Amino acid sequence: MLKVCDLHVHYGAIHALKGLTLEINSGEIVALIGSNGAGKTTLLRTISGLIRPSAGSIEFTHRGQKCRLNKIETHKIVSLGLAQVPEGRMIFQNLSVLENLELGAYPSNNKKNLEEDLEKNFLLFPRLKERLKQNAGTLSGGEQQMLAISRALMSRPSLLLLDEPSLGIAPALVQQIFSKLVEINEMGTTIFLVEQDAFLALETAHRAYVLETGQFYTQGKAEELLHDSKIRQAYLGEVSA
Amino acid sequence: MTEFIQQLINGLAWGSIYALIALGYTMVYGILRLINFAHGEVYMIGAMTGYYAVHWGMGTGSLYHLLAVICIAMLVCSLLGWAIERAAYRPMRQAPRLNVLITAIGVSLFLQFSGQYIFGADPKPFPALIENKNVLDLHGVVLSNIQVTIFVSSIVLMLGLRYIVFNTQMGKAMRAVSYDHTASYLVGINVNRVISFTFILGSALAGAAGILVGLSNPTVNPLMGLMPGIKAFIAAVLGGIGNIPGALIGGLIMGVAETMVSGYLSGTYRDALAFIILIIILVVRPQGLLGKSTQEKV
Repeated sequence: MLKVCDLHVHYGAIHALKGLTLEINSGEIVALIGSNGAGKTTLLRTISGLIRPSAGSIEFTHRGQKCRLNKIETHKIVSLGLAQVPEGRMIFQNLSVLENLELGAYPSNNKKNLEEDLEKNFLLFPRLKERLKQNAGTLSGGEQQMLAISRALMSRPSLLLLDEPSLGIAPALVQQIFSKLVEINEMGTTIFLVEQDAFLALETAHRAYVLETGQFYTQGKAEELLHDSKIRQAYLGEVSA
Repeated sequence: MTEFIQQLINGLAWGSIYALIALGYTMVYGILRLINFAHGEVYMIGAMTGYYAVHWGMGTGSLYHLLAVICIAMLVCSLLGWAIERAAYRPMRQAPRLNVLITAIGVSLFLQFSGQYIFGADPKPFPALIENKNVLDLHGVVLSNIQVTIFVSSIVLMLGLRYIVFNTQMGKAMRAVSYDHTASYLVGINVNRVISFTFILGSALAGAAGILVGLSNPTVNPLMGLMPGIKAFIAAVLGGIGNIPGALIGGLIMGVAETMVSGYLSGTYRDALAFIILIIILVVRPQGLLGKSTQEKV
């Protein structure tokens, strides 16, 4: 579904991503773990077209159609079926919850789908329905994350990118949100998840990539990585024997 | 008392025009964090359009003619506003804000002096689009049909703007873009198109203001946009820049205050007043009357 090939990104003189190659298949939950500054957010922003790669290619297949995303503008990438829940949620705090959700459906602007998708999201996150007319800025962090995920789903993406969905959220809500992600995946949306909480990410995902300063350190099945001693030491806080 | 009410009416009419111009400043600021200094010149082009429309054969004398001239001016100014954004500001989208500000001043000067070159520096008599008569005389308080026209046009335009901003898909996108560009891109909004639309909308209002001012002002000239432009900008700051109702209130206050000062003190203090207001507002309440003080986003 998504194929990234030898991707390089530069910020001026800084070589942020040094030749990343990865593939995400339809139906998967793939996690990307790594420490602060490894380049996780840069990778997601490049896939969404907010940052342009200096070399390499990004290929996205949607409904059998293959597109090279390298030069496509962000808003068009969204309408191709690739939505992102950005780091820090980026909710429109000056708008109501309903308006945020309606904006999620901005590319299609189809009234009938809108009603249907709103109902789907209310089933997923009933709390949003209670707060529909409320200003989105008044929601708690967890509720804002729910709203950010719902807003992204409103565009009916086939691939959903999530950047640190657990950031700044009460632990009890984090569990709830991650179980919803599994639900969303089971309903047919492929998920690519960036997460600093490696344990949480590996428990949720099928496969994972480990990013270290712009390069993949390793990759594999989430379960195997969860038992890999090096990974346990570096990312899961296990003291070496 | 009669005089006071009369001054108030005159001031509100003048203030409505400031408000129309101020709306363009405030919308562009809301969306790009840019003070579009060329906005006063857009208003000048609006007035010039009115002059040339009549000069080249548009008739005058009826409400129909007035409406037609307003529509033409709005159209011409929309195109101009769109072109300014496209040619001058869009290439600067990633540049530091100071560079864009200087570009705006450059565009303003370019339009002023191209205007002098093309239209000539002499003031031109603005045609009487409608005949000036008093529609109401209540114990000496007079309301002219021109003032009524200014009030009605401004109210209609502002209600139209309100409708667009709060009830349409594009308006929702405008509010989203004014909050954050990246977030707007990520929900699939074509941010550049929304910015273009904002320039078109603000410039159309300035164009209408150019015609409305022509109704009560005898002449138009290529530098006429300078002072009203600065004053409307101050009105926008007074109301809280980026805030649409704020621009409206700021414009009205500015108009009334100026009229009162020239009526009760002296016309020479009129222009100084705007800057006194600016200084006071920047010292006492820099976020403006309706503006929220900026907080760090969490």
